[in-house]
Amino acid sequence: MCGLNGKPIMDADSLRSLLRDNSIRVIDVRRKEDYKKDHIPKSVNLPLADLLSDDTPERVLKLAQSLGIDDQTPVVAYDDTFGALASRVAWTLQYLGHRDVSLLEMTYTQWKTLGLETDSNEPSVGTKTHSIALKPEIMATADYLEKVKENKNVIVIDNRERLNYLEQHIPGSINIPYRTLASEDKILRPKDELKRLLQNRGISDNAEVITYCGSVGTLSGLAYYALKSIDHPNVKLYVRSFKEWKNLNKPIVKQENADYWDLSAE
Amino acid sequence: MSSTVVKPVRDSKAPKINWARTEEAENFAKTVKLFRQGKIDPDSFRRFRLQNGAYGTRMTDDYAMVRIKLPAGEIYPNQLEKLAHLSEAFSIGSAHVSTRQNVQLHWVILEDVSEIMRSLADVGLTSREACGNAVRNVMCSPLAGVCGEEEFDATPYAIATAKFFLRNPLNQALPRKFKFNFTCCEKHGMVRMTDVGLIPQTRSVGGNTQRGFKIFLGGGLGNKSFVGHQLEDFTPEEDLLYTSIAVLRIFDRLGDRKNTARNRMRYLVDQMGWEKFRNLVLKERAIVRATQSVVVTLDIDDAPAKISNPIRISGSDGKSVPDGFSRWRKSNTFEQKQNGYHSVSLTLEAGDITANQLRALADVCREFSAEGYARTGFLQDMLIRWVPESDLAQLYSRLLEAGLANPGSLTMVHPVGCSGTTSCNLALTNSHRLAKEIQRKFLDLKLDEDNDLRDSNIKISGCPNSCGQHEIATIGFFGGGGRNDKDMYPVYQLSIGGRSDGETMLGVNVLRIPAKRVIPAILKIIETFKAERRQNDTLKSWIHKIVTGHSDTSTKSVADIKKILLPLTVVPSAAEDKDFYADYGSDSSYHTRTGKGECAA
Ligand code: HEM
Ligand code: SF4
Repeated sequence: MCGLNGKPIMDADSLRSLLRDNSIRVIDVRRKEDYKKDHIPKSVNLPLADLLSDDTPERVLKLAQSLGIDDQTPVVAYDDTFGALASRVAWTLQYLGHRDVSLLEMTYTQWKTLGLETDSNEPSVGTKTHSIALKPEIMATADYLEKVKENKNVIVIDNRERLNYLEQHIPGSINIPYRTLASEDKILRPKDELKRLLQNRGISDNAEVITYCGSVGTLSGLAYYALKSIDHPNVKLYVRSFKEWKNLNKPIVKQENADYWDLSAE
Repeated sequence: MSSTVVKPVRDSKAPKINWARTEEAENFAKTVKLFRQGKIDPDSFRRFRLQNGAYGTRMTDDYAMVRIKLPAGEIYPNQLEKLAHLSEAFSIGSAHVSTRQNVQLHWVILEDVSEIMRSLADVGLTSREACGNAVRNVMCSPLAGVCGEEEFDATPYAIATAKFFLRNPLNQALPRKFKFNFTCCEKHGMVRMTDVGLIPQTRSVGGNTQRGFKIFLGGGLGNKSFVGHQLEDFTPEEDLLYTSIAVLRIFDRLGDRKNTARNRMRYLVDQMGWEKFRNLVLKERAIVRATQSVVVTLDIDDAPAKISNPIRISGSDGKSVPDGFSRWRKSNTFEQKQNGYHSVSLTLEAGDITANQLRALADVCREFSAEGYARTGFLQDMLIRWVPESDLAQLYSRLLEAGLANPGSLTMVHPVGCSGTTSCNLALTNSHRLAKEIQRKFLDLKLDEDNDLRDSNIKISGCPNSCGQHEIATIGFFGGGGRNDKDMYPVYQLSIGGRSDGETMLGVNVLRIPAKRVIPAILKIIETFKAERRQNDTLKSWIHKIVTGHSDTSTKSVADIKKILLPLTVVPSAAEDKDFYADYGSDSSYHTRTGKGECAA
C-alpha cells in the first residue's frame, strides 16, 4: 500500500541501493539553509513550512509534480526532527493518493553519524504528472473525530508531551508522547517493542486509531507511521489536531486538582 | 571553544552491580492487566505495585510514581542517560531526586510502568522494594570516601547491605517500611532519624585497627518523630549483618500489623522502652550469630575504587574565569580529604532535573569525575566527586551551558520540598513550588554568600507527614488549610531549631504562617538574627540557643520569635488580597482536597 514492498519504513541499506539505481525520489524535510549545506545525495528539499503554507490537495499536487514525482515514483522522506516532519510530508502525499511513500528509518544526523554518503549538489528535476485520488480513510476531521470518539472500537491517541496532555486533551483520548516511539538510533522502536507497548495500553489490532498532536499533525504523523510500521490496519491522522479542536470550542478535559507543572525543571 | 582538548579515550565506567531482573517487568505488565480485568483485588494489587516501586498519584488511579532505587546514591553516566530517555518517554520530561537518594518519575501511566522497569534493567537499575513494607533504599552519605572526618568509607557496607536484603524473603512483608542510613561522619548524615543509622568507627585491638560502627536504632520522622538510640559503644564490622538481621527479625515478629499509622519500628521501641528493646536485639543477635555464621556474610567489595583522571592536553585555555564562578565555587564545592580533589554539589530546584540536564550531567561525569559516576545526596541534590581542582572553572562553564550552575547548593538557599500537591494524594499545600519560590528569591538576594546562614537549612512538607523532613530543619514548615469565614487559604506550621547532626533534635513549633507570608517570615527571622547576633553566632547556633533556653540575646524564647512574626499572620479579606487565598502555582482560590494515602500501604 505504501512504500516499496508495502513497507512504510525504509532502511538505510535499501535506500542506498535504490539511489544507485536512480529509481527513487528522496525528499529532505529540513530548512533550506540546512539542505543547502549537505543532504543525502540526489535528494530534493521540501521544508515543512513550505508545505504547510498551503496543503490543499491542488497545491500538494503541484508540489509533488514539481519535485518530479509521478504516480509510479517511489518516495522516501527524511528530516532531522526525529521523523515527525518527514512523517507529515509522507502522510500528505499518501493522502493525495500516492502509493509508494515511506519514511527513512533514521534522521539525517543519525545517517551522518554512521558515515553514510552526503552531498551538497542540488539535483535538477523535471516536472512530472501526477493524479489525484484522495484517501479520506487516512484522515480524521474534527467532526468525524467528535462523532466516533465514543465508539468502543475507536482509540484516540494524543502524542503531545505528558504535561500538555494533563493540562488539556480531547475527552477519552489516551496519551503516548512522541518520545515514546523512537529507539536510541532509529526514529521508531523495533516492531516487537511497539507492539508490546500498544498491547500494554490495550490497543487491539482491530481498533480504529486516530492520532493527534498540538497543531499541524507532525508528532501524530510519526505515531501514524509507528502504527503503520507494525501493520495496524486502520489508522487516521487528525491532521489539524488540538489547535483546531480548541479553536472550534470542542470539549476539552483536564487532570484536575494537581499542580503537576511545578514538578518540571524546565 | 576552549583550547583544552578532552580526549575521548576513557570509556565511562560501567555500573558494578546489576540490581535488576527483567522478569519482574514482565510480571508487572501481566499483573496490571489482571488487575484491570478485575481478576486481582485492589488491595493485593496495591501491595504488589508498591513492592515493585510504584506509588499512586494524586486524585487518579491512572497514573503512578515510579521510584528508582539508587543504593548509596550511586548513578553511572549510562544510567543518567537512561533516566533522561525514560522521563521523556513515560513521564513529564523531568525526573525528581528525592531526599532518600532515589530518583522518581512522576505521572507515569500505570500500563507503562513495566516498560520503565524493563528499560531500567538494561542499565542494571531497579525500583523493587523502593516503596511498600520492605527495606527501602539503603542510604549512604554522598561524601563517604571523600570526607575528611570519616574513619573509613562506609559505601561498600551500604552497598553490601542493600544487596543482602534486596528480594530477601526476610523483608518482603514487614509490618512497615524499614530504612538504613549509613553516613561518613556525624555532620553529613542522618543516623538518628531512621530505623537503623550507622557511623563508621575504628578501634585499636592489640595494635591492629578494627573497623566497626556506631549503630542507632528506632529513630525516624513522620507524623510522630523520634530520635534514635545508640545500641552499644562499638559494633565490630563482623556484627553488622547479624545486628541488622536481628533488628529486622524482632520488628517482623513484634511490630504492629494492625495499627498501620503507628507501626514504624520507632513506635515499638517507644512502647517497649529502649532498654528492653536493646536487650532483645542483643539476645537475638547472639542467636543469629550462633546459627548463621557460616552461611551468611556481607559481600563487601572494598577494593579501592579506580580513580583515573580524565586525560587532558593542556590545562589552561587562557580564557577568563566565567562570571559567577567564585560565588558558585564557594557554595557548591567541597574539598575532599584527597589533596587536590573537590566534590561538586548541584543546585537543583526541589530536586527536579530535566532530561537534557541529565544527559549533560552524564557527559560531565565522564569528563570531569575521576571516579566516573555521580551520587545523589540527602537534600534533593546530586554530587560529582573527584574533580581535580584545576578543572573546576571549566566544569562550571559546562554546568552553565546545561542550566545547572546556580550557586547555593550547600547553603540555606537549597530548600527541600516534598512533592505536595504536584502529585501526592495526601498533600494539603504546594510545598514543592514553595521550595522553588524560596530558592529563587534567596538567590536574588544572594543569601548563599552569607556565611552566617550557610549551615542552616529550610525543609518543607505539604502535610504533617514529614516527607519533606521539616522537623529536622533549622526552619521547617508543614502545610495545612486556614479558614477566614467561608474562605480558605494555604498555611504552614513553622518550626525552628530542628537538626540531624550529633545534637539531633526535632524543631519546636512556633506558629502558623499563611503560605504567601512564608518568605517574609523567613526574612524577618534572618533580619532579627542579624540585628542581635553575637560575634560567633550563625543563624543555626542562634536559633539553637533560643529553642534550648540558652539565648544570650534579646530574643529569649520561641514565644519571642512568635511575637516578632505575629503581624505576618494577619488575614486580609478576599476582596483586599485575592492572591493570599491562592496557593503557589494556582490562580484559583484555595481548598483542601486529599485522596487515599499509601504511606501505610
Ligand atoms: C502517612 C503517610 C506518609 C508518611 C508517614 C510518610 C513519611 C515519609 C518520611 C518520614 C519521609 C522522609 C524521608 C526519610 O527521612 O525517611 C518520606 C519521604 C518521601 N515520601 Fe513519604 N510518607 C507518607 C506518604 C507519602 C505519599 C502518599 C507520598 C506520595 C506518593 C510520599 C512521597 C514521599 C517522597 C517523594 C519522599 C521523598 C521526599 C522527596 O524528596 O520528595 N509519601 N515520607
Ligand atoms: S509530607 Fe504529606 S504532602 Fe508531602 S509527600 Fe508526604 S504525604 Fe505527601
